[in-house]
Amino acid sequence: MHGRGDLMANEKTVIMDNSGIKRAVTRISHEILERNKGLADVVLIGIRSGGAFLAEEIGRVTEVIEGVKAPVGAVDITLYRDDVSGHLPHQAVGKTDIPFSLEGKRVVLVDDVLFTGRTIRAAMDAMMDHGRPACIQLAVLIDRGHRELPIRADFVGRNVPTSIKENVAVLFDDRNQPVEVVLEK
Amino acid sequence: MAEFKHKDIIALRDLTKEEMELLLSTAESMREINSRDIKKVPTLRGKTIINLFYEASTRTRTSFEIAGKRLSADTVNITTSSSSTTKGETLADTALNLLAMKPDIIVMRHSVSGSHYFLSSKMPGCSIINAGDGTHEHPSQGLLDMLTIKDRFGRLDGLKVAIVGDITHSRVARSNIQGLTKMGSSLFLAGPPTMMPPGAERLGNVTVCGSMQEAIQDADVVMMLRIQQERQGKTLMPNAREYSRYFGLNPQNLKLAKPDAMVMHPGPINRGVEMSSYVVDGGQSHILKQVENGVAVRMAMLYHVCGGELE
Repeated sequence: MHGRGDLMANEKTVIMDNSGIKRAVTRISHEILERNKGLADVVLIGIRSGGAFLAEEIGRVTEVIEGVKAPVGAVDITLYRDDVSGHLPHQAVGKTDIPFSLEGKRVVLVDDVLFTGRTIRAAMDAMMDHGRPACIQLAVLIDRGHRELPIRADFVGRNVPTSIKENVAVLFDDRNQPVEVVLEK
Repeated sequence: MAEFKHKDIIALRDLTKEEMELLLSTAESMREINSRDIKKVPTLRGKTIINLFYEASTRTRTSFEIAGKRLSADTVNITTSSSSTTKGETLADTALNLLAMKPDIIVMRHSVSGSHYFLSSKMPGCSIINAGDGTHEHPSQGLLDMLTIKDRFGRLDGLKVAIVGDITHSRVARSNIQGLTKMGSSLFLAGPPTMMPPGAERLGNVTVCGSMQEAIQDADVVMMLRIQQERQGKTLMPNAREYSRYFGLNPQNLKLAKPDAMVMHPGPINRGVEMSSYVVDGGQSHILKQVENGVAVRMAMLYHVCGGELE
């Protein structure tokens, strides 16, 4: 299993199991369809790495419900981070894979955990460089609070009140399927 | 994955296999930016890059300038004909004066081998990238060649790479030998004896061949070098025609290489001397692909030297 974030902490609590994730993804998928009245002009863009796997998952579920497949892309936000000029070595840059124009599209950004909002800010800037979308909506599996920017999610799997010192991680298996969500103290 | 902790990129000899793999992987991701309508990311906003070119260059200088601009850095070009060098300023003084203007990266091409190490010692806090120094190294060319080969074969290890031409004066050859041997390729060199440095086979998995035919036999990659008239005396080869007969790549001797072999050249090409036009413009030529990859590779270099050192 692998997940984003620091897994050094010792005390772990599972706050959402596999069937919980499945239900949340199904509900988010229905809400996306309801809000956008179907999938016309909807594109799903996952934020690497966890969000990209979840976007694929939402793509599969919405296809089952609606019978059509929304285009799914992935964005790596490393080059748009607001802390790149820090004193640490620069991170490897992952692949951004958006093989279609976003011009006039209804973009649903997907991430696993919404925290400070800085990643979402970076991802929105990246979207704008791929054309002018009609709108951008945000879907997250977990909203753990502690926003540092005026950003909110349109579709939330679960709100989890956390302390700033805790860490929330969505773990994925080798086939990039979500397994569980853990809270680490 | 490895972290890149160097302040400078002066020679591929100074980098490990893992560090080169990181640069190539970042370059692959950078390519996406170059295919967009809006070819710009904000990563190096506020950084100043000075391109200091003491030798003629079109491709490399333009490529570094575009790379810097696509990462949102401010790039300034200085070429010798328009600089204080023509008024007699030394490299050390130029360095100190430029340093006073607080640049973040200096990309330099200089005719003296090793001059970048000297420049780096004079410029703490500023990254130095080598865009070619004398007959020493040309790391960005080596990296872009490796990326182009990796695109074609999906790997670098186990490949037979032939380099043909003026090895002695070629910094492109030196960077490719340093880089490709670390990545696991086997290198076969050929050129007139007057253009073959003594001890070339000591550089790693390198074989010095007696003829061009021997070098390109069953090669996966045939890399041709430019005859550098400006760097050699008049005595190294009788004339271009004779050189072309023994060391020029044409459709006939290219058949000796593997059927799917790729042909490369760092440019600028002397058509009809080291390569016939049939080969330059032929289906096996990857020369323009090399130029395309050059921008992405240089973006990766600029991005990684701007990171902290963590030491």
